Amino acid sequence: MRKSLFEKVWDAHAVRTLANGQTQLLVGTHLIHEVTSPQAFGMLRDLGLQVAMPHRTFATVDHIVPTDQFAEPYRDPLAQAMMEELRKNCASTGITFFDRASGKQGIVHIVGPEQGITQPGTTIACGDSHTSTHGAFGAIAFGVGTTQIRDVLATQTMALGKLKVRRIEVSGKLLPGVYAKDVILHIIRTLGVNGGTGFAYEYAGELFDRFTMEERMTVCNMSIEGGARAGYVNPDETTFAYLQGRPYSPKAAQWDAAVANWQSFASDPGCHYDDVVKIAAADIAPTVTWGINPGQAIAINESIPDAAKTNVVDEKASIEEALAYMKLTPGAPIKGTKIDVAFLGSCTNGRLSDFQEVARFLKGRKVAGGVKAIAVPGSQIVALQCIAQGIDKVFSEAGFEWREAGCSMCLAMNPDKLIGDQLCASSSNRNFKGRQGSPTGRTILMSPLMVAAAAVTGSIADAREVFAVN
Amino acid sequence: MALEKITSITGPAVYVPGNDIDTDRIIPARFMKCIVFDGLGEFLFYDVRKNADGTDRPHPLNEARFKRATILLSGANFGCGSSREHAPQAIQKYGFKAVIAENFAEIFLGNCTTLGLPCATASREDIAKIAAVVAQEPTTDVVIDVVKQEVRFAGQTVKAEVRASARDALIHGRWDPIGELIDGLPAVQTTAAKLPYLAA
Ligand code: SF4
Repeated sequence: MRKSLFEKVWDAHAVRTLANGQTQLLVGTHLIHEVTSPQAFGMLRDLGLQVAMPHRTFATVDHIVPTDQFAEPYRDPLAQAMMEELRKNCASTGITFFDRASGKQGIVHIVGPEQGITQPGTTIACGDSHTSTHGAFGAIAFGVGTTQIRDVLATQTMALGKLKVRRIEVSGKLLPGVYAKDVILHIIRTLGVNGGTGFAYEYAGELFDRFTMEERMTVCNMSIEGGARAGYVNPDETTFAYLQGRPYSPKAAQWDAAVANWQSFASDPGCHYDDVVKIAAADIAPTVTWGINPGQAIAINESIPDAAKTNVVDEKASIEEALAYMKLTPGAPIKGTKIDVAFLGSCTNGRLSDFQEVARFLKGRKVAGGVKAIAVPGSQIVALQCIAQGIDKVFSEAGFEWREAGCSMCLAMNPDKLIGDQLCASSSNRNFKGRQGSPTGRTILMSPLMVAAAAVTGSIADAREVFAVN
Repeated sequence: MALEKITSITGPAVYVPGNDIDTDRIIPARFMKCIVFDGLGEFLFYDVRKNADGTDRPHPLNEARFKRATILLSGANFGCGSSREHAPQAIQKYGFKAVIAENFAEIFLGNCTTLGLPCATASREDIAKIAAVVAQEPTTDVVIDVVKQEVRFAGQTVKAEVRASARDALIHGRWDPIGELIDGLPAVQTTAAKLPYLAA
């Protein structure tokens, strides 16, 4: 029978059917971080249980780390306590911890791929919703809650119901100045923030075939914002080339066998999908959000929606709520909206190629007066690569603050926060109320180059015009 | 591990209207700087319940008449956003025993079930009916019957679905799967041995 990658990976990892009909699913790789794991270790201790496969569990610290202070103790005692708790839990159970001293620390969804831990045909769990990122490699990766982290720590499995699979096929090429981030914002806008409920998304078609691994990661990262529990791209030569030579990748002697095995997981041509959606890449424009969820997005040249123009009661209410919070004018162009902060980073867009692409255009430009702009590499390795290429200098000379690796202002659990109702042009993935650290702070999501365009003009702008992209 | 069989939940309810109430709204990220879940209840919906100076804003949970509510009523796509279990933990620690909404985000629903917190879905019209009764008479006992998949209140009965796997787990007292997962450990080894990346 022809099967999709999702089904193949699921079947290979299904241990047995549980009494309630769910599957006990083997989790090949477990990634943990400081925010959601300490309580799970606590539960484990309360139950007197051990970590089942410490060698298949990898930890890093990302959410709470300050990006302007390297040495411990951190100024925030709670952050320091979380750091120490993770260190202690890893040391006592034999889990590998990529802490800052290792030089490999970073956002968990950047570290896994970078180290070659994220591999095709595997299952991955992490107590973090953007775990879907790892699907870019043809893995099935689930974000889980803390009790499930406990389950995975104790048994290397979790109880899960099987998902349906929706194939999202994007044909053709993107126009200049349009990026992977615009693709996923467009998909979520089209299918809705809960359009993916019950599904895994398989991203396919010409566009994804040509995409780099980093572009695939950006798209898979935000699957969860479209309501899908997982998202993936079938593994191909691009995937294998990326993985070759990474610390945890199969070594030379095992390489060919590993690649053959990985290839065998790709969806069979003509396999069954529960749904298929087709999108033309040329229809996608630089996209920005205007509201308080990632589906409330428009192309840069569109106007802000007007509640008066819809008769759908729900839509009316949600537009009104969003615009009241965002303090935006219905019907006005989004272009020209003044910003206070520009944030470049996060597990969506904090990789080398994101900084490279921006640096290419930012050289010789200056951040507008009154705008606070910060650039936060997603990992220590990304930071080093940027420094080696002089990218950090381009950013500092333009007036960006160049920071240490971490999640930073994506959710502001560290000291990087919006103040009051500041408006932030952000390359992150969530524009929820209060997301960036201030209960009234406002977020507009966009691609890294659009963040740079907003930073240099001081307002939401079309990067294609600002940087003469063509 | 013997777990309670959760067949029904009875208690007063409170209606927190709105669609797409995300986990950042349920528990703002800054309150996640903790290594235990205790004490999270007081920060439930914090930024919509409190002003910057800590004084109360108008919110159903701040109204004295709803203080005893153990059932939370809300709109569509409840619990969307992050996988943080801090959100259902905050709801449970606040004192809620069940949630009724039009529908729930996936991870949130799974997290709630594992805590023995039933999530029932009802139609918008029916939620409005319950909300109307509760607004009039906050002490009304609302009964979520997990077995019959219905909600009864003030002499009325409406349909309320509980996802099959969650319903089974709740009514049979196996909503926390850890015992069953541990029982499966020998089979886990067999499955793992067949996978090259785990066998190595
Ligand atoms: S960068 Fe943002 S979305 Fe990604 S893991 Fe960190 S906090 Fe979560």
